[in-house]
Amino acid sequence: MSTYAQKKGFGATIWDYLTTVDHKKIAILYLMAGGLFFIMGGLEAVFIRIQLAVPNNDFVSAGAFNEIITMHGTTMIFLAAMPLLFAFMNAVMPLQIGARDVAFPFVNALGFWLFFFGGIFLNLSWFLGGAPDAGWTSYASLAVHSKGHGIDFYVLGLQISGLGTLIGGINFLVTIINMRAPGMTYMRMPLFTWTTFVASAMILFAFPPLTVGLTLMMFDRLFGANFFEVAMGGNTIIWEHLFWIFGHPEVYILILPAFGIFSEIFSTFSRKRLFGYSSMVFATVLIGFLGFMVWAHHMFTTGLGPVANAIFAVATMAIGVPTGIKIFNWLFTMWGGSVKFTTPMYYAFAFIPSFVMGGVTGVMVATAAADYQYHDTYFVVAHFHYVIVGGVVLALLAGTHYWWPKMFGTMLNETLGKITFWLFFIGFHLTFFIQHFLGLWGMPRRVFTYLPGQGLNAGNLISSIGAAFMSVAVLILLFNIIMTQVKNVKVGNDPWEDGRTLEWSIPSPPPFYNFKQLPLVRGLDAYWLEKMAGKKGLTPAEPIGDIHMPNSSFIPFMISLGLFIAAFGAMYHVDDKPWALPVLIIGLVITFGSMLVRSVKDDHGFHIHKEELVQEEKGAKA
Amino acid sequence: MKRLAKWRLISLFAILALVLSGCGQPYLSALRPAGEVADIQYDLMKLSTYIMVGVIIVVLIIFVLVFFRFRRKDDKIPKQVEGSHSLEIIWTVIPILLLLILAVPTVAATFKLADVKEMDKKNSNALVINVRSHLYWWDFEYPKQKIVTSQDLVVPTNEKVYFNLKSMDVKHSFWIPAVGGKLDTNTDNVNKFWLKFDDKRANEAGNLFYGKCAELCGPSHALMDFKVKAISRDKFDAWVSAMQNVKKPQKAQTDLAAQGQDIFNKSCIGCHAVTPENKMPDTARVAPNLTNFGDRSRIAGILDHNKKELKNWLKNPETYKPGNEMSGKYEKLTEDQLNALAEYLMGLKVQD
Repeated sequence: MSTYAQKKGFGATIWDYLTTVDHKKIAILYLMAGGLFFIMGGLEAVFIRIQLAVPNNDFVSAGAFNEIITMHGTTMIFLAAMPLLFAFMNAVMPLQIGARDVAFPFVNALGFWLFFFGGIFLNLSWFLGGAPDAGWTSYASLAVHSKGHGIDFYVLGLQISGLGTLIGGINFLVTIINMRAPGMTYMRMPLFTWTTFVASAMILFAFPPLTVGLTLMMFDRLFGANFFEVAMGGNTIIWEHLFWIFGHPEVYILILPAFGIFSEIFSTFSRKRLFGYSSMVFATVLIGFLGFMVWAHHMFTTGLGPVANAIFAVATMAIGVPTGIKIFNWLFTMWGGSVKFTTPMYYAFAFIPSFVMGGVTGVMVATAAADYQYHDTYFVVAHFHYVIVGGVVLALLAGTHYWWPKMFGTMLNETLGKITFWLFFIGFHLTFFIQHFLGLWGMPRRVFTYLPGQGLNAGNLISSIGAAFMSVAVLILLFNIIMTQVKNVKVGNDPWEDGRTLEWSIPSPPPFYNFKQLPLVRGLDAYWLEKMAGKKGLTPAEPIGDIHMPNSSFIPFMISLGLFIAAFGAMYHVDDKPWALPVLIIGLVITFGSMLVRSVKDDHGFHIHKEELVQEEKGAKA
Repeated sequence: MKRLAKWRLISLFAILALVLSGCGQPYLSALRPAGEVADIQYDLMKLSTYIMVGVIIVVLIIFVLVFFRFRRKDDKIPKQVEGSHSLEIIWTVIPILLLLILAVPTVAATFKLADVKEMDKKNSNALVINVRSHLYWWDFEYPKQKIVTSQDLVVPTNEKVYFNLKSMDVKHSFWIPAVGGKLDTNTDNVNKFWLKFDDKRANEAGNLFYGKCAELCGPSHALMDFKVKAISRDKFDAWVSAMQNVKKPQKAQTDLAAQGQDIFNKSCIGCHAVTPENKMPDTARVAPNLTNFGDRSRIAGILDHNKKELKNWLKNPETYKPGNEMSGKYEKLTEDQLNALAEYLMGLKVQD
């Protein structure tokens, strides 16, 4: 929060955030919204584990259980993991490349509000007749068969939030291509920026297939089409392809930025430059490319035939190679270094064995013929939680501790951070390790209960106990956050003292224009180079001058709100509700009207004048 | 540091204990393979596990060394190393070789498990079973033998059994973990594969394997179990002819059962057949065939096979299998009617 915001009242602060186009504030919005959805998804996970703690449990009904697992998966992937990564991309990436904001600040805000309204829409299903219940994959035959509006909430909610993600990704791409500071060549970009770049490119290519799939599903459910109705000549396998052509790259969209976060942390706290930087970049790009070549390994048991299965098996195994390169590069970044075990480093260090476990089971499930046994069992559940929790969530927790001072200007408590880490780490392995075995012992995934006498009782109980550990860990993290913000002890530019990249060369939190003068980048780890040369900061690449800044705008909120309203109209139109069509039209009028206003009303932004900047500098020194 | 070492030791013991505690139930676990397909898959699992454990050990050794050797002790700035081409070549080439070792048998096995040429040959003697999955129950048709049964699949041991799989409503997946991996029953097309049940190991598993639905299909997905009776070829042939001998509905044996049969003929026979012929197309077989209901191992695939549970089920199937297609299709039954029906249904046996 800038000094400007603190002087304002509560209402003014809210208004500030509703209209902001500042990438740092949008990052905070993503962090809060993503955090909220993370807690909701976590609660759903806790309900799942309570229900499965003992056989024949009736904590929730069978129907409700399917809604809970569907929402757990959908929420965690689309509404928690992605936005939380977007939070860090927004907060850090422009700073890392020495930019004053992203390329399209207005679009950035629009992306956030689309995601947010899509997420809210999806979650309102709980109160409006039931949540979607066909799994996060929403396979077509079941989804079309599903009664009520649950699946409609899924289709429309994801469509709206997916739009936000897509334009967010495009924005990051344009930013990284065009807005790098003088001297910041591609091969001097920090790894987190690189992974943001590759992940954004993947978003650009992966989300359109999802959009197509969701559109077909929307037409089937709301407008009487038959794309997935076999009796009418439709085909349900098409959905599986469309979903996984999106779904598999999505996994890498999540894990690559996580790799980026860890790369920063390893190198920072080992006081060493990243080992094999260029091969890390190469591996990132290669993973991004191969990520699009392997989707059918999610469909090994669909019956595509041995040729397809064999090809996709081998392609999938190939991804193990660049991933392995990364693991060894991280280990050798620490090798010969001076490793300081801070909270972020705890997470990064623990990530290596955890993620390697997820990676090797990934190779195991790539083994097509053996995957006929693993597929759709708890083995797969264990595998992808090892990847997503052991990779992405550990990265998010690490990133939260690591960049908290840069985002908020305060340090999270290290002791509480380490307690959080231990509880989460132990809970994570306790929950998911045993699930490999549950799957092999014959427990299919997505079962709302199991019968006694099948040898599954003890394993499930252990798993549920682990979930309790993770829950407590998250509560302690929340407590830590609240205490830190209440105490509000401000820190300087480089609170970890080992900062290497540009974001640590400016105040925490940075002023709203980020860099008074754009920095001159002289190599990889630009800030570190200057520190080693005995300088305090970066050499400016330009004289102090006027800075052009965009105006705040309420229009992104309105555009998103319009779609949110229109979605209700589209959905209830099926029930022949008389008010549905007017609502649909009103919603669309709001959206397109807002876009029209944006198009015809010139908004040139404003300038921060040179004199103000100079004066502020004097003020700071006094 | 000590704390960490202790935790590692404890988790190591935990893993060891788990391994020793067994590999699951012989009638259900993929780790207790009881047929050729499951054997192939188990071997692949072992091969991949060995390779992967090797990888994990290498990573862990470096990991532990880093932890102990390179902790920050002073404020010195370590040497800034860019990388090492030879090291990077090593950890690129070795994984590629390891993956090749795994890829070759994977591809071979994938083709072997998909080899169903035999079932399409003319005059083939191979046993073919058409599996039709419905919301929460399984229909098994033996086209050459011209019989239909449901819920309890009966197969001969020590020979390849071929399956045609298709779903009649939403997508399901056909899985007998101890005998082989799963294959989806799509709504769009027929999927084919084969399984082989090993006689000796079937005996050890009590000749009754557990089958599961492995694809989310609705509220009662978890309860869409079936059972597989694996018996010798002789016994199988005997069972087939016993089934074939039921040309028309069996006569009730007792008075009570006769009453039950009356009720059945009024309320149930519209959906449930009690003769095994496959005169009707699969789309018309809307409910489980009950010809040999009395011989089966479970009621509705999940409940113990006795009259009490049968009555419970008939009274309110919704309690036991939420979202099933039977609930509400017939009028509420009185206690007397339940007794009669249970008596009749339990008497539907083709073998002693």
